[in-house]
Amino acid sequence: MMTNPTGRLTQGQFSFLPDLTDAEIALQVEYGLKRGYAWSVEYTDDPHPRNTYWEMYGMPMFDLKDAAGVLAELAECRKTFPDHYIRLMAFDSTRGVESVAMSFIVNRPKGEPGFGLARQEVNGRTLRYTVHSYATERPERERYRR
Amino acid sequence: MATARDVATDAVVSDKRKRYQAGVLKYRQMGYWDADYAPKDTDTICLFRITPQDGVDPIEAAAAVAGESSTATWTVVWTDRLTACDSYRAKAYRVEPVPNAPGQYFAWVAYDLVLFEEGSIANMTASLIGNVFSFKPLKAARLEDIRIPAAYIKTFKGPPTGLVVERERLDKFGRPLLGATTKPKLGLSGRNYGRVIYEGLKGGLDFMKDDENINSQPFMHWRDRFLYVMDAVNKASAATGEVKGSYLNVTAATMEDMYERAEFAKELGSVVIMVDLVVGWTGIQSISHWCRRHDMILHMHRAGHGTYTRQKNHGVSFRVIAKWLRLAGVDHLHAGTAVGKLEGDPLTVQGYYNVCRDSYTRQDLPRGLFFDQDWCDLRKVMPVASGGIHAGQMHQLLDLFGDDVVLQFGGGTIGHPAGIQAGAVANRVALEAMVKARNEGRDIKVEGPEILRRAAQFCTPLKQALDTWGDITFNYASTDSSDFAVTPATSA
Repeated sequence: MMTNPTGRLTQGQFSFLPDLTDAEIALQVEYGLKRGYAWSVEYTDDPHPRNTYWEMYGMPMFDLKDAAGVLAELAECRKTFPDHYIRLMAFDSTRGVESVAMSFIVNRPKGEPGFGLARQEVNGRTLRYTVHSYATERPERERYRR
Repeated sequence: MATARDVATDAVVSDKRKRYQAGVLKYRQMGYWDADYAPKDTDTICLFRITPQDGVDPIEAAAAVAGESSTATWTVVWTDRLTACDSYRAKAYRVEPVPNAPGQYFAWVAYDLVLFEEGSIANMTASLIGNVFSFKPLKAARLEDIRIPAAYIKTFKGPPTGLVVERERLDKFGRPLLGATTKPKLGLSGRNYGRVIYEGLKGGLDFMKDDENINSQPFMHWRDRFLYVMDAVNKASAATGEVKGSYLNVTAATMEDMYERAEFAKELGSVVIMVDLVVGWTGIQSISHWCRRHDMILHMHRAGHGTYTRQKNHGVSFRVIAKWLRLAGVDHLHAGTAVGKLEGDPLTVQGYYNVCRDSYTRQDLPRGLFFDQDWCDLRKVMPVASGGIHAGQMHQLLDLFGDDVVLQFGGGTIGHPAGIQAGAVANRVALEAMVKARNEGRDIKVEGPEILRRAAQFCTPLKQALDTWGDITFNYASTDSSDFAVTPATSA
C-alpha cells in the first residue's frame, strides 16, 4: 500500500475519487465521443511515472457511436489482466492538440506496491534521484501475485 | 500644437519643397494620418486609447502617436529625404470616441513590417511603448490591443514547451493542473521550505511554486532551496507515482547568474524553472531559448505588471503583454483568477486566457479583444490562476477557464486547518469531482456547491476547507473592464 493520502497510485483524472462504476465510466466515454475523441484501452504491470508506453489492448477505437464498444473492450481487458493497472485514454486529433485529451485508471491490482526513491550522492551536496517501481523486482507476468 | 509655420490647413503637405522646409508641421501634415489607409496583411496594427490635452484635436493626437512611435521627431528634418520615409511612417487611420468616456479616443495605427527587428520583443516595444507614452500633448495613452501579422509572428519561436507537450511530459490530461505557492514567501530556511513542497505535492498537487521575490536572500540561498526542493519533489513523486514539479525561480541580478541557477535546476532533474516579468524582454527571450535547449518548462510570474496594466487610461493592457509573452516564449503565465483577491473582470480575464491558448483568436469586444489574431501554430501558453482562490470556488474556476489552466491555491492549501497535505487533498478532490460532474453533463455553474458538498461527504479535508473558506469572496469593482459590455463582478 502506498503512503500518500489515497493509499494508491494517483495518476489519471479521477484517482482521488471512489472507483468509477461502469455506468460512470460510460458517461466519461460518452463525453469524449461527443468531442470527437478516439478511446484506447491500455494496461501495464509497471506504472512508473515515466513509463509512458503502457501496452495497448487493441488499437484506439475510431468512429464509435456510443460507449458500449469501449466498455466491451475494457471488460475483455479486465478479464485477461485482472491484476494489472488499466487506463482509458482519449485521443484528440484537432490541429494544434493532436495528443491525449483524457486519461483515467479503471482497474488496479489488489495490492499497490508503489515506488522507492534511490539517492545517489554525487559532487558536493548534489543528489541524483531514481524512482524505482517495487513491482519490477519480479519478472513480468508475476508482479502482483501474492 | 504645431504652428511655427502657421499652416492654415490640416491636409498632408504634398509639395516636397514645402514639406521639408525647416520648421514645424502638424503630425497629420507630415503624413502620419491617412484616413484612407487600408492596412496590409503584413502590418502590425495597434489600438491606442488616448486622452489628448485640452484643445488638442484627436486626429492630430493620433497622428502624433503614430509619429512618435515610428519615425517622427518634433520638427522637420531634411535627412528624411535620404530614406523611403513614406514606408517607415506609421499611419494613424481611424479615430473614434471611447464609449461613455468623455475626452478619450481609440486610435488605430498601422506599422510596416520593416520597422521591427525579427524575433525581438525588445525592439518592438521600444517603438510601440517608447517615447510616445511620455509625449506632452497627451494627458494619457494606453496600448489596448495589437494585431501582429503572421509574417512577424513567424520570426519568433514562442513557448519552449507549450501546454500540449507540457501535459505529455507530466502525463496529466483532461483536468486543470493544481499548484500552490509556498508560504510564507520570505523567511523560511531551505530545509523548512522543502517541507512545505513535500507536503503539498504528496497531498495531491502537481506543482509547487517559488514566489516572485524568492531569489537568494540571507535566510535561504538559492542552492539550498534547489537542493531541498528537489528532494521533496522526488520523494513526492515516488509516494504518488506521478510526475511532480516545483517552479524554481532563477530570477537574479545578471543573465550569468540566471543561467547558473537554471543549469543547477537541470542538473537536479527539475522539469520546470521560473522567471519574473521584471527581468525584462531580453532576459525572458534568453532564458526561453535556454529552456528550449534543455527540455525545461518555463513559468512566468508577471511581477510588476500591475504598475502599467491596471489603470484604464494609461499604460499597456495585459492582453498585449500576454501576446508579447507568447511570442517571447513562456510556457506558464499568470493571467488572473476573476474570482480571487487580485484585479480582474471575468470577461477581460477570459480574453487574456484566449490570447494564451487560442490557435486563432477572434475579435471579441466584450472580452477586450479588438482584432482577429492568427497564431500561426505557435505553441500555446498555459495560463495560471493564482491569488486568493480556494476549493469552494472550484465550479466557478472550471466554468470560467476550462481544463487548460494551472489553478494555484497557496493559502487555500497551506492554511488548511488539518495541514498542508489535507489542504492539497481537499483541492484535488474538489477538482476531480467537478471535472467528473461536468463531463457527466451536470450544470456545474448551478450545481457546483452541491457537487462539492457531496464530495465532502467522503472527504473530510474538503469538508474542513469548505467550512473554513466556503463563504470567502473578493467582490470589488474592476478598474479594467471592457468598454463594450456591462460586466458585474462574480460571486458565489
